[in-house]
Amino acid sequence: MEGFDYHIIFHSIPFLAEGMVLTLTLMLLAISGGLVLGTLLALARLAPMRWLSFAAGTYVNFFRSMPLILVIFWFYFLVPFILGFPVGDFYSVLTAFVMFEAAYYCEIMRAGIQSVKVGQVHAGEALGLTYRQNMTYVVLPQAFRNMIPILLSQAIVLFQDTALVYVVGLRDFLYSADIVANRDNRLMEMYITVAVVYFAMCLWGTLQVRRLQKRFAHD
Amino acid sequence: MEFSYNWDWGVLFCLAEDVEAGCIGPYFYWIAEGFGWTIAVASAAWMIAFPLGSVLGVLRTLDKPVLWVVPFVRSPFYFRTRAIATSKGVITIDIAWFLHGISTLYVTIFRNVPLLVQLFLWYFVFPELLPEEAGTWVKRGMPMPEFWTAVMCLGLYTASRVGEQVRAGVQSITQGQHYAAMAIGLSPVQVYRYVLLPVAFRIIIPPLTSDFLGVFKNSSLALTIGVLELTAMTRQVEEYSYQGFEAFTAATVLYIVVTAIVMAAMAVVEKRVAMPGMISLGAK
Repeated sequence: MEGFDYHIIFHSIPFLAEGMVLTLTLMLLAISGGLVLGTLLALARLAPMRWLSFAAGTYVNFFRSMPLILVIFWFYFLVPFILGFPVGDFYSVLTAFVMFEAAYYCEIMRAGIQSVKVGQVHAGEALGLTYRQNMTYVVLPQAFRNMIPILLSQAIVLFQDTALVYVVGLRDFLYSADIVANRDNRLMEMYITVAVVYFAMCLWGTLQVRRLQKRFAHD
Repeated sequence: MEFSYNWDWGVLFCLAEDVEAGCIGPYFYWIAEGFGWTIAVASAAWMIAFPLGSVLGVLRTLDKPVLWVVPFVRSPFYFRTRAIATSKGVITIDIAWFLHGISTLYVTIFRNVPLLVQLFLWYFVFPELLPEEAGTWVKRGMPMPEFWTAVMCLGLYTASRVGEQVRAGVQSITQGQHYAAMAIGLSPVQVYRYVLLPVAFRIIIPPLTSDFLGVFKNSSLALTIGVLELTAMTRQVEEYSYQGFEAFTAATVLYIVVTAIVMAAMAVVEKRVAMPGMISLGAK
């Protein structure tokens, strides 16, 4: 560990912070998008229409058997092609994350919906709620609440996965550190810093999830 | 909306360099070779992950003290130790507490750092931390340094996931089984070997299958340090031929086929090894 240069870390903090902003933005947008699409997929998977549940199931199995890197490559090239004009790397990658994570969020929300007691659904029907009202006001809020710890665990996984945008050169936290590391030939310092920061953030998240799980267990 | 892309599935079957047919390289063999590397990285990593993960998982379940008597030591320890006051300074140490702590630390560290960052640490930083000779050997002397680094990184990371599954499996078995095993006089090792683990491993076959598929998919990260596995090769085909979508499709199909085969095989295994009445054990 001789020659460990602390100065380079301090000097690059503003640059790394910019990267972290991109990482967090990507994470938050991907979670929101993935959660919405995932919930719709979960509803489709549980729908009485055979073809609809089959289509949603195929979607989920398809994305779950592909590595995220390959999905990123796919959308990185596919999105500009489909739209016919360049939209910028960020939006292509964001699309990849939303589509990919939706498959995982779908499975979580499906479990959540199934965890709501059947009596609740029947009670909603007895009140004269339509299917849509029943879902929005009765089932989904409870499903969502039951799944909060698992949804948060998945958010931590997603946070770690955002590091993979490295492969298309999007300037996230890891890639920013990589730029500094290669410019100043300080690989050791930068990668260790990155690892420590990611570790601290994920550990904090994990502890929050554990606290929530305990609280949920008491309820 | 215009989708102007000239599909040319022919590039996937380029067996040799043939510029007129649009083959600047033998793309077919590239993809086949990449697929081979993917399988190699994933299998080798699993060879590390499964045994190590099993040990970690078992250690994580040690919540009962396993005492170890150390004679002739004048108690420098203050963690969970009990000194028996004799002139020889004999103390007993709760080794279970240490082992549990170490395995928990391992799992915490490996699960909370992104895999890609771990890979960079192993590849770029780890050789620098070694003594100079060993570091040089890891960087230059070792055959296929990228491959083995990727295998080690993936193996150690996946071990932390396998460990969590094994722990969950053991803990899902009712305490009564444990007590019954102890009551008939089995040693702690025998309790695990003959009673807890055979049941636990059966319970966790489905999550272990997805962990194996996880290594298989995560092996694509190895492309960042220069292992030419499946995803890297399709990227290379894209760069040479500009027919990226065909190459990506080929990779996608291969990943899906392997996933389907592994899932089908494990479903058969699960059925084969199922014990009657096991569901009640798993459900607790």
